[in-house]
Amino acid sequence: MTNEIAKQPPHSLFELVTDPWTEPFWAAAREHRLTVARCTECSLLRMPPTPFCPGCLSQKLDWPTLSGRGTIYSYTIVSRAIFPGMEESLPYVPALVTLSDAPTIRLISNIVDVPISAISVGAEVRVVWNHLPDGVVVPRFTLAN
Amino acid sequence: MTIRNKTAIVGVGAMPYYKRGASLPQTLNELVCKSIIAAVEDAGLSMKDVDGFAFYSGGFDTPYLMETLGIPEVSYTATLTGSGGGSAGSIGLASSAIVSGMAKVVVCVGALQQAQQRFGAITSGYEQTSETAFFQSSGLVGPGHMFALLARRHMHMYGTTREQFAEVAMSGRLNAINHPDAIMRKPMTLEDYFNAPVIADPLCLFDFCLETDGAIAMVVTSTEQAKDLRQPPVKIVACAHGGSRDWGRSLYWMNMPEEAFVSSGNVAIANRLYRDADVTPADIDVAQIYDHFTPMVLAQLEDFGFCERGEGGPFVESGAIRFEGGSLPINTDGGQLSGAYVWGMTHVREAVAQIRGSAVNQVQSCDLALVTGGPSSLPVSGLILGK
Ligand SMILES: [Zn+2]
Repeated sequence: MTNEIAKQPPHSLFELVTDPWTEPFWAAAREHRLTVARCTECSLLRMPPTPFCPGCLSQKLDWPTLSGRGTIYSYTIVSRAIFPGMEESLPYVPALVTLSDAPTIRLISNIVDVPISAISVGAEVRVVWNHLPDGVVVPRFTLAN
Repeated sequence: MTIRNKTAIVGVGAMPYYKRGASLPQTLNELVCKSIIAAVEDAGLSMKDVDGFAFYSGGFDTPYLMETLGIPEVSYTATLTGSGGGSAGSIGLASSAIVSGMAKVVVCVGALQQAQQRFGAITSGYEQTSETAFFQSSGLVGPGHMFALLARRHMHMYGTTREQFAEVAMSGRLNAINHPDAIMRKPMTLEDYFNAPVIADPLCLFDFCLETDGAIAMVVTSTEQAKDLRQPPVKIVACAHGGSRDWGRSLYWMNMPEEAFVSSGNVAIANRLYRDADVTPADIDVAQIYDHFTPMVLAQLEDFGFCERGEGGPFVESGAIRFEGGSLPINTDGGQLSGAYVWGMTHVREAVAQIRGSAVNQVQSCDLALVTGGPSSLPVSGLILGK
């Protein structure tokens, strides 16, 4: 299985719900722009986005455009269906990605389009954009080189 | 002021453990009532003496139990918040009610019937919200898939191996083989472990706890009143729940600072328990460590100070957690990996048995037993029981 290509996770199990604090992240994704929430008072980054900065309790945010570069902090390989609807997505690789220009943040994402055997902790990755059938766009990552 | 030694567990009632769904056609409320009747009987009390409830797991509630069991009035009823780590902590709710004078006899219940929703896939049964979108979009369909991410980081940082995870599973299985209530009693070899299907690499089937049904009730009262009751009292030496913001929603967040990320979120609980009990890890004779996933047992052994951070793997590999010859026997009833999963209340039940001296795999001269709850999103919890 190690030569198999990491696929996208099963989209049938995910339906995007947003709120006013998380919507800008997903709206940026539709424009292929990777971003995270940043407090405009103290510059603390936070993900997932929440209504208050845990550092200074400000509600003021902006959404800097990031390079989309990162490194794999950890990952798991899912090669067995525990639900109907998962089979055709196997294998897929949920991963935590530390963002190069937001190093205090880990995105929960996936490594896609590379042989499973090439994936390792610490590997450099770059963002790719997966378009789901319902129009939602999700940032995922593939190996940088 | 602490609750130290002021309250005791005086009655235990446990239903048989069932494979997932096999407790039907009994209802969950029926299982809960049976366990309460058995626990009150074990204590030598009357149902009319019960004046409080403290829960962790849901699916049942106080008014139905009162109506059904003929309990005239309650003066305390509370549930610990959270989604995985609170059974040990619910005992502390009972203690705090009794020590503060709000109630005299409090029943704690943990119960589970998985006919509707498999817990192994619970995160996909969750309602989709703006918060869950950040992990549901990645196909993290169950808690085991999430804990696999923590496990691989621990392996990367400390050289922890799958053989060490296997030791947790095999040690628990050896204890289950002797235990008549345990669900999984077939011997497990290292070969069996490595032949098991990998569900979320690096975790295989035997790294996951069981999916079972069951109900366990505990009766808690003051140590003073406990003297006159049927069973030797099992003192609640210390109990703590809560935890640090750095752990927070943990597996649903994944942005814990690294020191917390490779832990089990239990450092704050451990510190508080040892301080309140005025003991050290070396004083603990047996530990029931919440074993929903094997790697988290290693992280808890580290958090509770039985070994250094990162040394959980070598610690278990040395044989330390074995009932036969181990310096710290753990999960002496087979734990949740081989015994049964009832929200962690099985661990409280086994710790009571060890202190009473009535355990199947009885640790000799067992004066102090540790029980842990979690790791999951906060609260995590812990309990020290003693003679
Ligand atoms: Zn701020």
